[in-house]
Amino acid sequence: MTKTINLTLKVWRQKNAGDKGKFETCQARNISTDMSFLEMLDVVNEGLTVDGKEPIAFDHDCREGICGMCGTVVNGRAHGPEKGTTLCQLHMRHFDDGDTIAIEPWRARAFKVLKDLVVDRSALDGIIQAGGYISVNAGGAQDANNLPVPQDKADKAMDAAQCIGCGACVASCPNASAMLFAGAKISHLALLPQGRPEAAKRAWAMVKAMDALGFGNCTNERECEAECPKEISIVNIARMNREYYKAGFFSGEKN
Amino acid sequence: MQLDSKVPGGPIQDKWDKHRFDLKLVNPANKRKYKVIVVGTGLGGGAAAASLAELGYNVLNFCIQDSPRRAHSIAAQGGINAAKNYQNDGDSIWRLFYDTVKGGDFRARESNVYRLAQVSTEIIDQCVAQGVPFAREYGGLLDNRSFGGAQVSRTFYARGQTGQQLLLGAYASLSRQIAAGKVKMFSRREMLDVVTVDERARGIVVRNLVTGEIEKYAADAVVLATGGYGNVFFLSTNAMASNVTATYRAYKKGACFANPCFTQIHPTCIPVHGDYQSKLTLMSESLRNDGRVWVPREPGDKRPPNEIPESERDYYLERKYPSFGNLVPRDVASRNAKEQCDQGKGVGETGYAVYLDFADAIERDGKAVIEKKYGNLFQMYEKITAQNPYEVPMMIYPAVHYTMGGLWVDYNLMSTVPGMYVLGEANFSDHGANRLGASALMQGLADGYFVIPYTIGDFLATAGTNDVTADHPAFTESEDAVKAQATKLLSINGKRTVDDFHKELGHIMWEYCGMARNAEGLRKAQGLIQKLRAEFWENVLVPGEEKDLNQSLERAGRVADFLEFGELMVIDALHREESCGGHFREEYQTEENEAKRDDENFCYVAAWEYKGDDEAPVLNKEPLEFENVKLTQRSYK
Repeated sequence: MTKTINLTLKVWRQKNAGDKGKFETCQARNISTDMSFLEMLDVVNEGLTVDGKEPIAFDHDCREGICGMCGTVVNGRAHGPEKGTTLCQLHMRHFDDGDTIAIEPWRARAFKVLKDLVVDRSALDGIIQAGGYISVNAGGAQDANNLPVPQDKADKAMDAAQCIGCGACVASCPNASAMLFAGAKISHLALLPQGRPEAAKRAWAMVKAMDALGFGNCTNERECEAECPKEISIVNIARMNREYYKAGFFSGEKN
Repeated sequence: MQLDSKVPGGPIQDKWDKHRFDLKLVNPANKRKYKVIVVGTGLGGGAAAASLAELGYNVLNFCIQDSPRRAHSIAAQGGINAAKNYQNDGDSIWRLFYDTVKGGDFRARESNVYRLAQVSTEIIDQCVAQGVPFAREYGGLLDNRSFGGAQVSRTFYARGQTGQQLLLGAYASLSRQIAAGKVKMFSRREMLDVVTVDERARGIVVRNLVTGEIEKYAADAVVLATGGYGNVFFLSTNAMASNVTATYRAYKKGACFANPCFTQIHPTCIPVHGDYQSKLTLMSESLRNDGRVWVPREPGDKRPPNEIPESERDYYLERKYPSFGNLVPRDVASRNAKEQCDQGKGVGETGYAVYLDFADAIERDGKAVIEKKYGNLFQMYEKITAQNPYEVPMMIYPAVHYTMGGLWVDYNLMSTVPGMYVLGEANFSDHGANRLGASALMQGLADGYFVIPYTIGDFLATAGTNDVTADHPAFTESEDAVKAQATKLLSINGKRTVDDFHKELGHIMWEYCGMARNAEGLRKAQGLIQKLRAEFWENVLVPGEEKDLNQSLERAGRVADFLEFGELMVIDALHREESCGGHFREEYQTEENEAKRDDENFCYVAAWEYKGDDEAPVLNKEPLEFENVKLTQRSYK
């Protein structure tokens, strides 16, 4: 049933990348429990605007959980308390009247805060650019059905390929590691026959890029898996490690 | 203006082959001398940027999001059509072509649609080679399903996330070219103007959304792939940043805007539930393959769905359209839902919803089968509505989803501004007055991977490099105008927020230029929009600073353009005195309440030409000739 609740927000406000930033308190009143978390922020921002204050900057776009643009840490958890949910798909029915909610940006060495809750995640693009692709040009492909892919392999590849690149895994990892993100892409492509020719090169290059871009290492905390809105499994990290070791020992990529 | 569609002669099946031979080529060693701007990184833009770079051109690629991987193509759920005929069920290039022309209610250009059907098969090959994890059969071959209005299974899919997977394929190819240095990527940039000198596009002016700086870029050609304008309605299934600004400002620089009133209302969306609502969520139309649409037989029946016996339900689509049933095209399904609700048979709290029921499918195939097909969609529905569609029927209602109108382009996808190309949803060319399901992804990728790489070469080989740099006075003039607008918006300091204006505009558009339109309503809407626009420039409240990350200012610029563009839509809808596809004029319908075309007087593309802020736009007509498909009244009975 729809009802309305009142909340106290403690929101991270930071003018720009150079600013130190701090938590500020504001009230969210008459919030319908059918609203999404971002719609709640919209309402708060409309109020701030009319009161002559600057609204809270936050990233968002599709608002249906697929673009990966949104994401903040809510009460200490990336994308908030619900499992397998992006912030835009988190609804206010999961909060109670009178709650205080702390909202802060992703925090990681590789992600610079640009303003309030907006962060620069271009380092994730950097990891993909290092090798998260199959080197084919448009135009030369053979007929699609010439390359059968067993259904279970295709399913596993799809499980990994669902990653939306939001960065929640990095934000929730104590080491700010991007292993789940990189592992998902390496797995997606390594599981498919099309991806095998470059598997060793890809694993080697993407792991190197991860280090160079300032992401930490994996120490099996499993926070990433717990907070991933697409519930991507850490099995993908294990698969990445296998591909990486294989590349290091047998492929000559190391040189 | 004389519109020259440049459609090659000869039989339709030979046109593209012949044309490719006739197009001039740029020598491989010379390609590196050319610079191409691509705006947008969705299926059209991302595929174009990657493919042009693969050929050797230097590409400057711009996107509004923080990463090219987030373009709104990512949200497409259902699938992508291709005339592979893998299912041996009678599909062919010719049939896909025919279905698309008919589905578009005979307002698309035949030659473009035929080419689309032709290259559709190559798209699937390309995507599989890139590693797109399409659904597979047990034997390892690709699976297909039938999709919205098609009687063959030609739709390829990756669970309910086909758009995401296709986009990530294009993004991967793009990333490879970025790493190779052939594409220079500019994210968090919004295009605010096209610069033209001597009737040729020379470059663009963008705002850096992080610093607020205005930046100028010159190139030898400009490709716009900036998506559709559905957000003119405020509520739509589009992403929040989707807007008309890039195409509208190109229109103001001389590109004709074609058929702006052709908008698509998608039948299966989660119903509106409150004023605070920021967007509408689509539920893939693939759900109509197994879900049955119904309402209570009696108006005002407020019993919960499970208490309404079979005999008191009206499965109105199955009743009215026995051969297509729940799979009628989108416009037909949407209009029928509205009609039922207008008769008081709508369900849910607001009465603006109909049921989409899976009980029979679950009983027939078992929950496991349904879960495998639609699991993620059911989960999404439950997250939003807190109702479990395995147990109670879904509630759905139509919502604005896609815009068939867009910048006018010729067969080469070039606009009326030489050197400026338009791809994907941003152009008008392939879907006529109504787009069939799973055809948008096909068109975006066709344009990006397989059309623009050929046609742009012809222009560059003919026109040569652009000798105008970003220091040219035309760039400075454009930069000054863009800056002046931002300064003006910030200085008004009125009482109403940008969203407040946007919502009001959305209401006007939905009420008078939505699923059903009439002359009286459209005239009224035109007046209301003009009034609202005047108030906007007196009373809008935009906080923050110009040279800063300022999301209110970004939205203000977009809404300013929507307030002008909305009027153009209304003008177009008013002038088109017929019903066709998504454009349903109440005055023009058959006795059975179906859209009634007027082929004698309106079988043309309406391409509007900008003449100045205080002048009425001028209508240019491109007559549509149907040599291969016979013009008939659509019937899905």
